Amino acid sequence: MQSRLPILVFALVMAAIPFIPGMPPFWIVLLDNIGLAALVAMGLVLLTGVGGLTSFGQAAFVGFGAYTTALLTTAYGLSPWLTLPLSLLVSGLLAVLLGLVTVRLSGHYLPLGTLAWGLGLFYLFSKLEFLGRNDGISAIPPLSIGSFRMLSPGSIYFAIWVAVILAALLTTNLLDSRTGRAIRALRRGHVAAEAFGVHTPRAKLLVFIHAAVLAGLSGWLYAHLQRAVNPTPFGAQAGIEYLFIAVVGGAGYVWGGVLGAAIVVILKEVLQSYLPLIVPGSGQVETIVFGIMLVALLQLAPGGVWPWLMSFLPERSGGKKPDTSLKLEQRIRRSGEAGVLLHVEKARKQFGGVIAVNNVSFDVQAREIVALIGPNGAGKSTTFNLITGVLSATSGSISVLGKPVDNAPPQEIVKLGISRTFQHVKLVPDMTVLENVAIGAHLRGHSGPISSMLRLDRADEARLLAEAARQIERVGLADQMHQLAGSLSLGQQRIVEIARALCVDPMLLLLDEPAAGLRHMEKQQLAKLLRDLRDGGMSVLLVEHDMGFVMNLADRIVVLDFGTKIAEGTPATIKTNPEVIKAYLGVAA
Amino acid sequence: MNTTIMLFLVQDGITNGAIYALLGLALVLVFAVTRVILIPQGEFVTYGALTYASLASGQMPGTAKLALAMGIVACGFDLFAARKTLHGRLILRSVLANVVLPAIVLALTINLAAQKPPVAVCIALSLVIVAMIGLYLYRIAFQPLAHTSVLVLLIASVGTHLALQGLGLLFFGAEGQRGPAVLSGAFTAGSLRFTGQSLTVYGITIAFIVGLWLFFGLTLYGKALRATAVNRLGARLAGIRTTLSGQIAFLLASVIGALSGIMIVPITTLYYDSGFLIGLKGFVAAIIGGLVSYPLTAVAALFVGIVEAFSSFYASNYKEVIVFMLLIPVLLLRSLAAPAVEEEKD
Repeated sequence: MQSRLPILVFALVMAAIPFIPGMPPFWIVLLDNIGLAALVAMGLVLLTGVGGLTSFGQAAFVGFGAYTTALLTTAYGLSPWLTLPLSLLVSGLLAVLLGLVTVRLSGHYLPLGTLAWGLGLFYLFSKLEFLGRNDGISAIPPLSIGSFRMLSPGSIYFAIWVAVILAALLTTNLLDSRTGRAIRALRRGHVAAEAFGVHTPRAKLLVFIHAAVLAGLSGWLYAHLQRAVNPTPFGAQAGIEYLFIAVVGGAGYVWGGVLGAAIVVILKEVLQSYLPLIVPGSGQVETIVFGIMLVALLQLAPGGVWPWLMSFLPERSGGKKPDTSLKLEQRIRRSGEAGVLLHVEKARKQFGGVIAVNNVSFDVQAREIVALIGPNGAGKSTTFNLITGVLSATSGSISVLGKPVDNAPPQEIVKLGISRTFQHVKLVPDMTVLENVAIGAHLRGHSGPISSMLRLDRADEARLLAEAARQIERVGLADQMHQLAGSLSLGQQRIVEIARALCVDPMLLLLDEPAAGLRHMEKQQLAKLLRDLRDGGMSVLLVEHDMGFVMNLADRIVVLDFGTKIAEGTPATIKTNPEVIKAYLGVAA
Repeated sequence: MNTTIMLFLVQDGITNGAIYALLGLALVLVFAVTRVILIPQGEFVTYGALTYASLASGQMPGTAKLALAMGIVACGFDLFAARKTLHGRLILRSVLANVVLPAIVLALTINLAAQKPPVAVCIALSLVIVAMIGLYLYRIAFQPLAHTSVLVLLIASVGTHLALQGLGLLFFGAEGQRGPAVLSGAFTAGSLRFTGQSLTVYGITIAFIVGLWLFFGLTLYGKALRATAVNRLGARLAGIRTTLSGQIAFLLASVIGALSGIMIVPITTLYYDSGFLIGLKGFVAAIIGGLVSYPLTAVAALFVGIVEAFSSFYASNYKEVIVFMLLIPVLLLRSLAAPAVEEEKD
């Protein structure tokens, strides 16, 4: 729970500014512009900084918001308050349309795609007859409450900043929730999030819509501030500038968007009004200086100004420990969770000419620890990926509790009670251990984005965090609960992954090299934990290279070599199996 | 429509498309090697074109001075970066490449500009000037940021675009310029008229595509560039200087940009800010090509050129809308054909 005090102080200061005697009206205009830019930048922070989706097209959404209200209030005489939801709706609906195409793009396609449709829409604004072509639409009515008409920049100021502060609150609330964790995990790739039931395309679309609605809100306010719209402020240049504002402020921080807007708007203003005094007689000098300062700023502080400022504040003490007495409802147990949990029948995976997994069959029973061993490249991790739905098998079948699950996506597999860890740790390094582990409980929560923004999710959220805290304590990392996951040692990060997998309340736990990077004592603790889990009714399938660890722990061992199963049995029989010895040590041994 | 108009539009489209192909190739090259999405590519085009046009009309282009100024800054960056391990040879090399060279070019330009030099000299001087600007631009703006994210590089790229475009206005004014044809004369084949200029465009485009293909396929530097594109760290471990790869990429991109500009400016009037839109159409081609494939980019560029020619004939108002919206179905097909793969980002 973040402290609300700084935000309250900020709101009070902003509310007091217009009442300072002798305040130049021009400054109020500047603050209006900062607020408008901040709204768009905040959406970009969520989209780009947090979600990892770079968009150059936000200016087009500002345009949709502005043109919607401009058209409806002038041509159809609707009240501006009636057009507010319509402006947001239009921006949101277009975001759904463009988002469905755009968020599927990966890597550099995404920013370039947004640049392209941003430009296309800009030209569309400037060519459409009913939008007034290049002249735009003028004589837009001002906002009014009763007989109070917000004609001056000083009166609409309040509307703008109420919107900014509300948007910032809602956005921070959203980030600090079940949905928010899913969004924050997006930037690190989709495999880990999907393994815990996050529907990543939907999460991406959600941030896309959120950012577009904020941009639409900014456009609606802009139209009623200027009382006229034309295509110029919604072009590619503006789209680039919004992104720039977010990066300067600090692309991962909601308040960085506000700070960035202040820096850029004021900087541009200063350059425009003072440069001609220094370098007289030449236009566009401010553009040159602006461009150069931009590059210089990036070279000095590539992370943005907000985190740089925050680093001067004393470090906040760790968060509050969740109340672990709150219980989360358990996964529904199915009949048959006492017999064969997992049945792999002649699973095969080919990558082109390489057969990574060659007709492998094995079972995992209830209350059993099965180890999957084999030399490097034997196909162990590929087998894991086949079971968890990350890869689909070329042939063969995999069934859980007797039901085939071939080609089911990871989100469906985890619902069956199978959770996993990864060979290469996939945690979100700038989230705390607690938040990372809580992603594991994603499917056991219910709150959606709207209730998260309005803080109606607190009871649900407290139960999720309590479950996460319980699992962290169970694996013995209670002291690290509020540290950033990225600051832990690699061995500890693997343990965090186990806690995250336990949050699923699984019947079968898949561990990919859990003991790698652990010290001797830690390995013994891990082995004890896994035995306890088994005795509590859970099954474990693990891939591991540490033979001492495996032989002492596993009930049964399956040995793979070059994708083929060469042996299966108890540790004692595997140790003396000549095929296994040959695979590990060569023929002569 | 009759065949003549159609053929004429196709021909017009191919001429424009050839230019977009060159620019698209340069963008792909720079992105692959340095991860920079080169928005100032458009400025290389206008700088090349307007420097050429100014020289041909006997004016002194401001870009020559800019090259020297940027060279001095780049030299300063070099010396500052190596301040702990300075030695004579390093200083000498940096001063020669960054200060003496542009100074000589500036002196040459001042001397020659007054006497309205022949077309070949104008072309050579313009190319050298813009090439130096491209090289120093990498040193000043992008080399210090080489380790940062694509997003930061992109924003820096926007910054350099703004600065260079502003400088363009300062140097060349708001008036548009045209330059003399590189190759004059024309002949007709059937109902089509081929000008020497359009033939030059085809010839140079094909020469460049073949040249790049040979460069990347056969030379050590070309292979080093490809290695850098695939894996920066791996390339460094194999002894490839990634900064050198970046310099070569920018050098090639600026030469290609300037050359494209010189080829267009006899056909259409260019303004200081025309480059941005021309560069963006190269982008469209590059994206359709997936930012990785040179031949695909070239084909896509011809396609963009032809679509542009036809839409300017039928719906000239919506020309730009059509060209840029063209991307959406392409991107959609692309994303459906190749589902997103896991990306490890830092």
